[in-house]
Amino acid sequence: MIISKQWLLDDAPKSRMQAQMGRIYVVGLQLTRNPLAMIGAIIIGALIITAIFAPWIATHSPIAQNLGDRLLPPSGEHWMGTDELGRDIWSRVVFGSQITLTIVLLVAVIAAPLGLIVGAIAGYFGGWADRVLMGITDIFLSMPKLILALAFVAALGPGIENAIIAIAITSWPAYARIARAETLTFRNSEFVHAIKLQGASSTRIIAHHILPLCTSSMIVRVTLDMAGIILTAAGLGFIGLGAQPPLPEWGAMISRGRVFILDQWWVATMPGFAIILVSLGFCFLGDGLRDVLDPKHGSE
Amino acid sequence: MNDKAAAPSLQAQLNILAQRTWMTVIAFAKFVATIAVTFLGLAALTFFIGRVVPIDPVLAMVGDRASNEVYEAARVQMGLDRPIFVQFANYIWDVLNGNFGMSISTRQPVLNDLIRVFPATLEMATLGIIIGVVIGVPMGVTAAAHRGTWLDQIIRTVGLLGYSIPAFWLGLVGLAIFYARLRWTGGPGRIDIFFDGLIPPVTGMMLIDTLLAGDIDVFWNAVSHLVLPATILGFFSLAYIARMTRSFMLDQLSQEYVTTARVKGVPEFLVIWRHAFKPIRIPLITVISLSYAGLLEGSVMIETIFSWPGIGNYLTTALLNADMNAVLGSTLVIGAVFIFINKFSDVMYRVLDPRARS
Repeated sequence: MIISKQWLLDDAPKSRMQAQMGRIYVVGLQLTRNPLAMIGAIIIGALIITAIFAPWIATHSPIAQNLGDRLLPPSGEHWMGTDELGRDIWSRVVFGSQITLTIVLLVAVIAAPLGLIVGAIAGYFGGWADRVLMGITDIFLSMPKLILALAFVAALGPGIENAIIAIAITSWPAYARIARAETLTFRNSEFVHAIKLQGASSTRIIAHHILPLCTSSMIVRVTLDMAGIILTAAGLGFIGLGAQPPLPEWGAMISRGRVFILDQWWVATMPGFAIILVSLGFCFLGDGLRDVLDPKHGSE
Repeated sequence: MNDKAAAPSLQAQLNILAQRTWMTVIAFAKFVATIAVTFLGLAALTFFIGRVVPIDPVLAMVGDRASNEVYEAARVQMGLDRPIFVQFANYIWDVLNGNFGMSISTRQPVLNDLIRVFPATLEMATLGIIIGVVIGVPMGVTAAAHRGTWLDQIIRTVGLLGYSIPAFWLGLVGLAIFYARLRWTGGPGRIDIFFDGLIPPVTGMMLIDTLLAGDIDVFWNAVSHLVLPATILGFFSLAYIARMTRSFMLDQLSQEYVTTARVKGVPEFLVIWRHAFKPIRIPLITVISLSYAGLLEGSVMIETIFSWPGIGNYLTTALLNADMNAVLGSTLVIGAVFIFINKFSDVMYRVLDPRARS
């Protein structure tokens, strides 16, 4: 098997894998034509590389304290200066990317499938299942996300694991709504009737035929939501309910630098730039993906 | 001419009127019912959160040195020995009576605290949404009118920045620049300490109270304190409002009536503002009320930074003190306001847009 341009763009793919890879190739090509989406993809790529190779990219240890070097301004030795315990801020920001990436991935892995399943079941079965599941979804949606996450963390106790759980609990309802809307459009289509006549069970129809069709709008929505997830996580860290010290979480770092904002501005502002850059990257990429994967809702 | 066919009998007219009134009553009852159900769900959520707290509420009350008898007595007194459904019913009853329990940190009933802090948030959010609308709507319209140009790209990026900048970070940087360096605005708090206690609280909203007291100096001082947090809050609503305005306007500008107007020779300015802008006012009302409700959420972070004595600051203080009554009370109140504004905007939409009525 040779992966060539011709093989990828074959009008009559011989396997499912060939068709899928062809589609990914086409989407990728279309993305490269959108400059903002490319900037977003580069930022996210940089985030992933930074997180993986953090020990080599960081110039200092993220937790080693050196009280003789406390609150130094940015210089050749300390690119982003040092904090109140003499820790190198650049190295902490670099290691912080691991925490941000973990939070974002775990929230996506928990919330997206949960929302998908709830929405698909509600949309496919309709009737009472729909009413009950969507009723619960609407109650969650009727609450401001951050406030709900705050209340959950307050109940579960501060810490990064609980912050992830709280954000995931507040994120799934939006995905359930999308999955339900998509399912409703397929539910009475001919291919679903055809599989049903062949004797497929509801589980099989939902898992093998309906959920795969929801994935593209789901990918778009999850990417667009990433910025919000990062901001919520940073907000929880800032209030002191998210990642606990000495973890170099960006929101918590801003919180510690708050006291020094007037004289040592770099302590609080530097992690903020990291948050903005990464959130903006996800926004750009999500916008671009939406234009490619979901043209009917695109902003053009 | 045949008058009989044109004017139906009085009886028929009365019947139609009765039918319409009946339909309005049913619509209103449905509206009240959905609000009630959503609110019940919200209360169930806060009740549930209150129950999964790892802290034992009885232990918090009696202390860990209490004997078993005292502990049991307190447990019975707090109603925690009853079935969970009875507890939930009691909770709903308490909430409906405005009884959210006592706050541990302020030693006041939570309801009193909430009434005291809410006007401060309302004042800031209201000024914030005004700033967001006054700047955001023209921005969105301009972006749509110059679609695809560099102006459009800049406005789009500003909009995306609203989704990517942490509110607390912008607040800190704003304070450092505009208060500490430039001295253009007042610092944290609603008013200089010097003026503290001079103004009798009437409405709880500083701008109104200072005017009622007739003290212009204090009024301008309050304005200088309010302007920075409100602008930052407004920036976040601006991002959403500008984005939605742009997409509504693009929809309208691609309609045939716009082409007709242009062919007729109507100046572009009038095409945009008189023709295309008119129909988007109604969906914009929904967008604006949603972002107004969203500012309640945004105010949590901004109030923490600016030591603004509003509901957001109250909530974060309560969170850090594990003051669950205050946390759940604020959550419930913010949620209720959120639900109310959402439903209200639905109703407004139906009243204003004849197409949505049937």
